[in-house]
Amino acid sequence: MMQLYKMAWRNLGRNRRRSFLSALALGMGLALLLLMAAVVAGEMRDAMESSIRLQSGHLQVRAKSYDEGKTSLAWEDLIENPAAVAAQIATLPAVRVATPRLFANGIVAAGDESVGVRIIGIDPPSEANAPFREGLVNGEFLSADDRGGILMGQTLANKLSLKAGDTINLLVNTSNGDVDEQPFVIRGIYSTHTPGYDQSTVLMPLAKAQAITQAENHASTVFVLLRDREQTDAIVAALQTSSYQINTWVQMNELLVETEQLSNAYMWLLYLIVLAITATVIVNALIMAVFERTREIGILLAMGMRGSRIMAMFFAESSLLAVGGIAMGLVLGGLLVTYATKYGFYIGSYGMTGILIGERIYAYLTLSDTITLTITALVITLVAALYPAMLAARMEPVEALHGGKGA
Amino acid sequence: MQVTKTEGVTRIYRVGQVETQALRGVSLSIESGEFTALVGPSGSGKTTLLQLIGCLDQPTSGRVFITGKDVSKLNRNQRADMRRGTIGFIFQFFALIPTLTAYENVEMPLILIGEKAAERRARVTQLLKSVGLTDRAQHRPDQLSGGEQQRVAVARALATNPALILADEPTANLDTPNGQQVMETMTRLNQETGVTFVFATHDPRVIKYARRIITLRDGRIVENADAEKANPGV
Repeated sequence: MMQLYKMAWRNLGRNRRRSFLSALALGMGLALLLLMAAVVAGEMRDAMESSIRLQSGHLQVRAKSYDEGKTSLAWEDLIENPAAVAAQIATLPAVRVATPRLFANGIVAAGDESVGVRIIGIDPPSEANAPFREGLVNGEFLSADDRGGILMGQTLANKLSLKAGDTINLLVNTSNGDVDEQPFVIRGIYSTHTPGYDQSTVLMPLAKAQAITQAENHASTVFVLLRDREQTDAIVAALQTSSYQINTWVQMNELLVETEQLSNAYMWLLYLIVLAITATVIVNALIMAVFERTREIGILLAMGMRGSRIMAMFFAESSLLAVGGIAMGLVLGGLLVTYATKYGFYIGSYGMTGILIGERIYAYLTLSDTITLTITALVITLVAALYPAMLAARMEPVEALHGGKGA
Repeated sequence: MQVTKTEGVTRIYRVGQVETQALRGVSLSIESGEFTALVGPSGSGKTTLLQLIGCLDQPTSGRVFITGKDVSKLNRNQRADMRRGTIGFIFQFFALIPTLTAYENVEMPLILIGEKAAERRARVTQLLKSVGLTDRAQHRPDQLSGGEQQRVAVARALATNPALILADEPTANLDTPNGQQVMETMTRLNQETGVTFVFATHDPRVIKYARRIITLRDGRIVENADAEKANPGV
């Protein structure tokens, strides 16, 4: 075996530039795929984290009849006395925070412009509102007893040319099906760095939201964050006896989960295409080597080397090229991913309905993706060597000794 | 002991619709320890006969025996197994592996038969000494002269102590002094080790080393005699 690799190594050294470029092709292909895998994984991870942080939480406890799609404000669809329900849920050790929230649809009117928004009534002191509190870019945060203030997303504020202290009119659906309109002062402007969220969400204190929507002492949901999302199933089991519907982050982010599965499938297709293209470079190099070394193959056959060993020799060369290419790919890919993990790529407000994509995508390379891509690159390179190796192994000694030109 | 024997061997090459009969019923027998030349003009069938005796090719009809075993119908792998360890080759072109040193070239057949490292080392050292190339052991073929390369090829052919060494025009690409040196090396090793040499040539300076001369013409043996009878006065 050592002899085989020694010969393979020296054979590759005969045409160093060709060998280097072949390995580099594989390396660049692998580096590119590592970067793409990391970007997609990072995008999906960030989207999921944003959704959990801003939208779904790890769990939401709602009334049995609540339909998220309708944003119902009818009392029978809401949780009564939500603060008490939240306090009870918060006693579970795995729960980090549980806070009531009320959702309503409305329209912000400022000057001649009006924009449809989602209004969320929040309990201002709750730790669950940290993304908004920490994301304040202008003005101040809400207080629980504020009856005339709102927080507005930066994207929306920019769109309407508004700043903290400005007054807007808010039209809100109420629980009895009417529409109420009131002026509100923008207390602060927040940025979650998720343009899709920031352009359509207005926050106000829960008490005020309950008052304007006439929901009284009701809330749409109890928003729950856990200490560890792996404990979701355990908490669901613990809450199962209650008379509410329990929605997990997986259920509430079904679209994102499905999108991730779909993108993973496409990524696999892309992996195979890119690696197949790079493998053709290696096939080409090995086929050239077979033709250049036809007479030597004849000599080895004359000495009694079996075809299988000739094949093994070319597989050894291919595997060395693969190892070299993979090493280059891991270094190059590692550098690219490190950059993209640290600085990310700015994509602005690009996004998909129902999925919160940040304005900047940060790469996130998983060990699993690295191992999978490395093994796939190795296997594809070895499979690619099959044809040239068989070409060499099937040579007739007499023809090979004459340089393949026939006896 | 009979090292090789052919019985009515023919070999027809077909290229498209054209058939070329390279051998037309060749029967011969070569005994252990012989130093035999196959002579004849170009196209007489010398190389084809060597290839058949060397299990590099298969006859169209007839039978070829190596150390008593019929090798005419063996498959690729069986022929490879027969060549390995039983037959050594010396080719007209200096058929060394260019990426290996002289030492490693001689070692290669021993690796193929699975010889242990220590035994390989002793055998290669002894063989390089016997062809006078001890000090060139670590040189690659492109660092050796044509004569030195061919002597490495002789050492390699002898490496596994084969029953038979086949040489196809072994001096054709060498100048006279180097050709002479290679032939003297082969003669000496034949006498010292008793290994059988069969070589194809049409060079009278090489033929004179043979103890038996088999003359081929148009794919047939036209003369098969001891050197003195076949070529008196050479």
